[in-house]
Amino acid sequence: MSLDNRRDEFDVIIVGGGATGAGTARDCALRGLRVLLVERFDFAAGATGRNHGLLHSGARYAVTDGESASECIKENMILRKIASHCVEENDGLFISLPEDGLEYQAKFVAACQAAGIRADIIDPDEAKILEPSVNPEIIGVVRVPDGSVDPFRLTLANVIDAKEHGATVLVYHEVVELIKEFGKVIGVRVANHKTKTTHDYYAPLTVNAGGIWGHGIAAKAGVTVNMFPAKGSLLIFGHRVNNVVLNRCRKPANADILVPGDTICLIGTTSDRVGYDEVDDMRVTAEEVDILLSEGEKLAPALATTRVLRAYAGVRPLVAADNDPSGRSISRGIVLLDHATRDGVEGFATITGGKLMTYRLMAEWATDLACKKLGVDKKCTTMVDPLPGSRQNDDLAKGKSFLMTTEQKSSVHRHGELAAKIPSENIYDNSLVCECEDVTVGEVKYAIKELDVHNLVDLRRRTRVGMGTCQGELCACRAAGLLGEAHDCSQKAQKELANFLNERWKGTYPITWGETIRECEYTQWVYSGVCGMDKMF
Amino acid sequence: MNMQLNNISENNFEQCIKCTVCTVYCPVVPVNPNYPGPKQAGPDGERLRLKRGEFFDEALKYCLNCKRCEVACPSNVKIGDIIQKARIKYSAKKPSLRDIMLANTDFVGTMASAFSPIVNTTLGLKPVKAVLDGVLKIDKHRQFPKYSGEKFETWFKKHAMAEQDAYKNHLSFFHGCYINYNYPQLGKDFVNVLNALGYGVHLLDKEKCCGVALVSNGLINQARKQAVSNIESIRKSVLENHRPVVGASSTCIFTMRDEYPHLLDVDNSDVRDSIDLATRFVYRVINSGKVKLCFKKGPKQKIAYHTPCHMEKLGWGYYSTEVLRAIPTVDLTVLESQCCGIGGTYGFKKENYPTSQGIGASLFEQISNVNPDFVSTDCETCKWQIEMSTTYKVKHPISVLAEALDIEATKKLNK
Repeated sequence: MSLDNRRDEFDVIIVGGGATGAGTARDCALRGLRVLLVERFDFAAGATGRNHGLLHSGARYAVTDGESASECIKENMILRKIASHCVEENDGLFISLPEDGLEYQAKFVAACQAAGIRADIIDPDEAKILEPSVNPEIIGVVRVPDGSVDPFRLTLANVIDAKEHGATVLVYHEVVELIKEFGKVIGVRVANHKTKTTHDYYAPLTVNAGGIWGHGIAAKAGVTVNMFPAKGSLLIFGHRVNNVVLNRCRKPANADILVPGDTICLIGTTSDRVGYDEVDDMRVTAEEVDILLSEGEKLAPALATTRVLRAYAGVRPLVAADNDPSGRSISRGIVLLDHATRDGVEGFATITGGKLMTYRLMAEWATDLACKKLGVDKKCTTMVDPLPGSRQNDDLAKGKSFLMTTEQKSSVHRHGELAAKIPSENIYDNSLVCECEDVTVGEVKYAIKELDVHNLVDLRRRTRVGMGTCQGELCACRAAGLLGEAHDCSQKAQKELANFLNERWKGTYPITWGETIRECEYTQWVYSGVCGMDKMF
Repeated sequence: MNMQLNNISENNFEQCIKCTVCTVYCPVVPVNPNYPGPKQAGPDGERLRLKRGEFFDEALKYCLNCKRCEVACPSNVKIGDIIQKARIKYSAKKPSLRDIMLANTDFVGTMASAFSPIVNTTLGLKPVKAVLDGVLKIDKHRQFPKYSGEKFETWFKKHAMAEQDAYKNHLSFFHGCYINYNYPQLGKDFVNVLNALGYGVHLLDKEKCCGVALVSNGLINQARKQAVSNIESIRKSVLENHRPVVGASSTCIFTMRDEYPHLLDVDNSDVRDSIDLATRFVYRVINSGKVKLCFKKGPKQKIAYHTPCHMEKLGWGYYSTEVLRAIPTVDLTVLESQCCGIGGTYGFKKENYPTSQGIGASLFEQISNVNPDFVSTDCETCKWQIEMSTTYKVKHPISVLAEALDIEATKKLNK
């Protein structure tokens, strides 16, 4: 035991580096707690980074789950203010097609209004002007305050702020054991994936924010959290066909949301129960691709002729209410479990359920609980404190964009005012690594130095390197070179390059046809034929 | 399984597989580091612009619309069109007085022709050039092509029109602004050659400038109006009178065939195949074996042929070189195909002058290495650039043919 070693002792340990964990770490740090955040892989590597990136107005849940809907609209308005560099205020349309009828619309609008969501019925012709890509067959349209949110940026901004307020953050560290003393959780044993060593950290409270993996973390404390892993698959298209979010005005079903996000748009989702053994390696099936495309075309016919970039799937961390072990009544609401009162296990809490949209509220609840347990009397301020990156109006909004190069515009778009930290003094720093997404050498260097980048996949989440139409064809080797330089190890960088290309291929594989297959062949030719990568390992 | 059998996006921009060969072939990239190059300005930039219009980069104005990127592209991406369309849609900069003057070739031409002695002298004066350079930003190194006193159309109506109906075959001549206002001689040469081959030459009902300069200077509405008018006249000629429309300028022909539909939304599908270039038309007539040619005797002429960019885009350079090769006295060298740098009105603009000359430098060197008697090319603006930048004269292949043929004798053979 090393309770006297202050470095290993915290007020609260948070397990899981998704939006909820990062948000909780930030809130705890803002309220003066000593925080340790432990993440098994990278920030936003689980469900946080595997969804629509939809800034829900809550309208989608209005009819079925009024409570979630009103949480959504409140958080929606908060995120617009505190996370402006992660959010695009696009608005959303709920469209009714002839096959849907207009019956649902009236119920929908009434439910939205009850939940406090502005929902205006507009003329289909007006909708076609607002969003020219919309299916021209529409018979009814409701406009709601939907938007887009970038989950990677959002999570990272929370991590940056948590660190600024003294939090310790460990990525590629996995909790292998919850340390218990007299039935009370007093800390965690953490395995470092890089050094393959373990280390113990102590805190009077451990918060489990592991999403679907929280089930396994809770099991280490001997408690059961009833989760229902539900897989959702999505397709990413090569460019934006829409600038306004398109939804079907009907009972939530497969593939009825098309969200524009940064340079792309994406359609989703499907929903299928999966086993815990599958959650670490989700694969999108041909049937799912079929459903997504055929339903997607009904929202925006242009999708039929738009190149698909990749397919991916995430797992919703749905929770069954405690009084319903059968799982029939699955809530999308927030679930905060104090295992002391629920299971008699002191020092352990689980925050789960909810949605990306409500991550801040989840963090607030979890932090309130932590403060109560630790006897700290501090109010939550995250609903008004802007996140790093959103603290100044960006220059694009201020109309200064004509003074900036497109690369500068892109980096401000991604990092807000933190873009000022990106080296841009010389031609080299301003040259492009990723040509599709306009990522410069300077931005990559900044990310590697300051944003916990350990490999190319992390780098992608920080900067969008490799997220464009070439899927790493031109940028991956350049980025690997910079990574090798920064870590002073070219062999590791070569391995990273192979991992990255394989990770890109995994997402491309389910939709490999047409131009995509040409591009894959070309990529293979570049890396195997020209660079001789197939002979490297 | 749904495999999106027809997934072709607008201007094919997502067909780009990022091979970057377009940027390798772009003449601007090596000489102007401010230009991001066709891949970045075209398909890459388009994704960013679709995200937010603010991502439009004013540096796209450095594109001289040579279309060599499109010729190089193995994926059929219409890179040049993506760039032109983006400039039309997103550029915040309104066309300046200078751009409007440079673009309105036929209006300015009409005015200038009427006062040609004054205009020609004035435009050559040093103080005037200083004003053009300083105020209008038209580079002082540039010389405007001289305006002719008598327009081609006026000459044609006075001296040639009456006898045209007597021929067996007929065509309409799209003379373009350059022949009409600056260089009627080429028009006369065209009439002579085609008459000699047994074709009566007619004017279109109404001919407007093809609009290429309007497009590249962002005056799209005016360009569209002119395109609509031209296609209407062309339709009458082709569909009612069964006369193909033939022009001597590669750029006018290229614009009417290939730029009208997608840049200006003017459908030309019913007449496109009947819009032809003079050298291609003549080559086909000669090659059909139905005409006989009688050449004058004369000394050997050493000619260097320069392939204009739009000729490269049309894929028709072959016709011009073959027509020249058909002339017994011609000793032809085909220069390695590259842009001369003028890009129509592009090179006249002060800010583009260094780029323009930088692009052309190696072409000028090629020409002086060949040291021909004169240079030949199908494009009038290439002609100006080469004449301004080298000591060599430039002639259109049709003029070369007209001078080499015994017109009267050939005419008799083909009666």
